Amino acid sequence: MADSPIKKATLHIRRGGAGAASHFDDFEVPYEDGMSVLDALRWIRVHLDSTLAIRYSCINANACKTCMALVDGEVEYTCIAKLAPKTVTVEPLPKRPLIRDLVTDIVPDEEKWATLKNLEVK
Amino acid sequence: MSDISTDVLIVGAGGAGMYAAISAARSGASVLLLDKSLIGRGGATVMAQMTVAAALGHQEPDDCAIHLKDTLDAGRGLCNEELSALLCYEGPKRVLEMEQWGTRWARENGHIKQEMAPGHSRKRCCYVDFLNTGPAVAATLRRKVSEVAEIRRISNVAIVDILVKDGRAIGAIGLNLVNGEWVTFQAPAIILAAGGLTKLYQRNSASANMGGEAYALALWAGAELVDMEFVQFFPIGHLAPRLVGMDPIMWDPFRYKLGGKLLNGSFEEFIDRYGGIDFGKYTATRDIAAYAILKEVEAGRGTPHGGAYLDFRHIPERQLRAAFGPVIDRLLTNGIDLTQTPVEVGPTAHYHMGGIRVNARMETRIQGLYAAGEAVGGANGANRLSGNAITEALVFGERAGACAGERGKRGSADGDAKPVAAALQRIKAVKEQRAKDGVSPIALQTQLQKIMWDKAGPFRTGDKLAEALARIREMCEEELPRLTIADGNSYDMDLQDWFELRAMLATAEAVVKSALARTESRGAHQREDYPDADEALLKNQALELKDRALVASWLPPVQLSRRQK
Ligand SMILES: Cc1cc2nc3c(=O)[nH]c(=O)nc-3n(C[C@H](O)[C@H](O)[C@H](O)COP(=O)(O)OP(=O)(O)OC[C@H]3O[C@@H](n4cnc5c(N)ncnc54)[C@H](O)[C@@H]3O)c2cc1C
Repeated sequence: MADSPIKKATLHIRRGGAGAASHFDDFEVPYEDGMSVLDALRWIRVHLDSTLAIRYSCINANACKTCMALVDGEVEYTCIAKLAPKTVTVEPLPKRPLIRDLVTDIVPDEEKWATLKNLEVK
Repeated sequence: MSDISTDVLIVGAGGAGMYAAISAARSGASVLLLDKSLIGRGGATVMAQMTVAAALGHQEPDDCAIHLKDTLDAGRGLCNEELSALLCYEGPKRVLEMEQWGTRWARENGHIKQEMAPGHSRKRCCYVDFLNTGPAVAATLRRKVSEVAEIRRISNVAIVDILVKDGRAIGAIGLNLVNGEWVTFQAPAIILAAGGLTKLYQRNSASANMGGEAYALALWAGAELVDMEFVQFFPIGHLAPRLVGMDPIMWDPFRYKLGGKLLNGSFEEFIDRYGGIDFGKYTATRDIAAYAILKEVEAGRGTPHGGAYLDFRHIPERQLRAAFGPVIDRLLTNGIDLTQTPVEVGPTAHYHMGGIRVNARMETRIQGLYAAGEAVGGANGANRLSGNAITEALVFGERAGACAGERGKRGSADGDAKPVAAALQRIKAVKEQRAKDGVSPIALQTQLQKIMWDKAGPFRTGDKLAEALARIREMCEEELPRLTIADGNSYDMDLQDWFELRAMLATAEAVVKSALARTESRGAHQREDYPDADEALLKNQALELKDRALVASWLPPVQLSRRQK
């Protein structure tokens, strides 16, 4: 009996650091029903490119609320955005300062190292 | 010399760290609360969906002494009874204080609603609707810490080393994840509240930040760990289909209330083959369920994702809805229709009973170094009751904050630059030793998780543990120094992962060594080659580093006198 073909999804990801030109990288990942965009991003980091910068914490709970990105042009939590076995475009949040790749600055000002250092100097 | 100095430095901002910050500030100290993730979002606290245990006596008459007895019974003789008593006697105060600060515990008829949970002999488990306990607790504490002027907060700084001089903690070194720079802190009192270690296992309910760094930091600083073999595995954690936004351990109440059937990969009932006496009633004890599932998988009779099916198809929809109304809809949004398809479940690493050895003031043996929350070992002995972990985080956080606050505001920061320079040099060397086309730190983390799962998981043998230990040593000595770390960019994931992996390896070794030495089965530590409990081992195992090697010693459990109970 022939195995059913393994389904794949392609992630088309905008990458680059702050103040520099960005580019897109494509990554192909094995697809499984129910898989989230975050699952795919984590898979890429383990198997294809560990330098891909992403921000997330709770993985399964949709409780930490730190994994937002633009998924096919919509702001989504990547942990609940479901993947499909086709190409999906993932980009950093457009209205937040870019740090690198998909990581943007979502840290409240009063929790930032830079803010603290300024206070210290005064 | 240091970038920042403070009276009290708190490493980790979950329930324990945030409560500690409030309480240290209350004692008049200045506080710096930091987290590698975001304040109040990085760990287990914000993920908890079930309950918080405290003998409020609102639902029915209860007593802290009864809560203590239940806790000690579950702990199978290994609880540090002083810590357990602190948890049980202070729990109600913390739960009520949280309510004053805005946590909306579910209420009925003018009192806080309290539910029954396995192992508790009274209805004492509080919660926030719907399945919102952890997020509500975290939100209350986040708001509270932001309102206290003495508390400064920093997100996205990971502590990688505690600085110690002459047996005293004097500060810490952190990695600023945003720009990859090193930052130094100076503080006469430091609290390790960096949470648990379940990320060490391939199957876990952990967040990204639960690699057991608190335990490694404590060991390296010269403090002791205790009970490291006691990792709690939840027998029917969710495996598949993919489920997001629900607690992976949610199936327990479903199974008990509705009688879900456990089936193997061929859809046969199997629990009865493993001594589950209650065939047909679906209430086999947790350890039998876990054992039976893993043995079926070993024999090639597992489900596609390596577990068992939990089947509710025999239960009418209206009965499902009557018991778990809104949850049924949440499952449907995940594409899971319980009337049509069974889900796959299996044992999952969920909580750590062991941890940093402290006294009832949350002090380690290193002056000025404290611990709080899941990072602390001992309060729950060989097994933990559900609901006790959040109580532990709140109670121990409050206590650690009060004690560290007293010390911090009296003590003067030690400005000695030598330990800082030495530690920085060690750390900076990491970037220079990187190899070009080798394995990435996250790939090695993934290997470690698999080894821990296969060889140091829910059911252990001496041979497998010895293999795990050998492999962990090899990873530490041969591979860790040669991993590929990309150029120190902003938000450098490899660098973060490298430091996390370094700590994960140290903590994993502590778990495996302790598990190897405990040649008995007790509570959460199950040895297939030693299936019975051994009364001669009714002792706690403490670990310390001597000449960079882990050394164990056996200690009689800390007991209260009969009058104190
Ligand atoms: C899914 C899930 C459900 C649970 N449900 C319940 C429940 O219903 N009832 C119950 O009682 N218990 C439950 N528990 C257990 C309970 O949630 C935890 O034991 C408790 O919240 C731990 O609190 P904590 O403050 O010690 O650690 P955490 O809340 O885990 O916080 C630790 C913090 O430390 C940070 N950190 C880690 N390393 C570093 C570092 N090197 N530098 C800086 N910061 C660092 C992390 O980012 C994190 O924010 C559950 C656990 C999980 C995972």
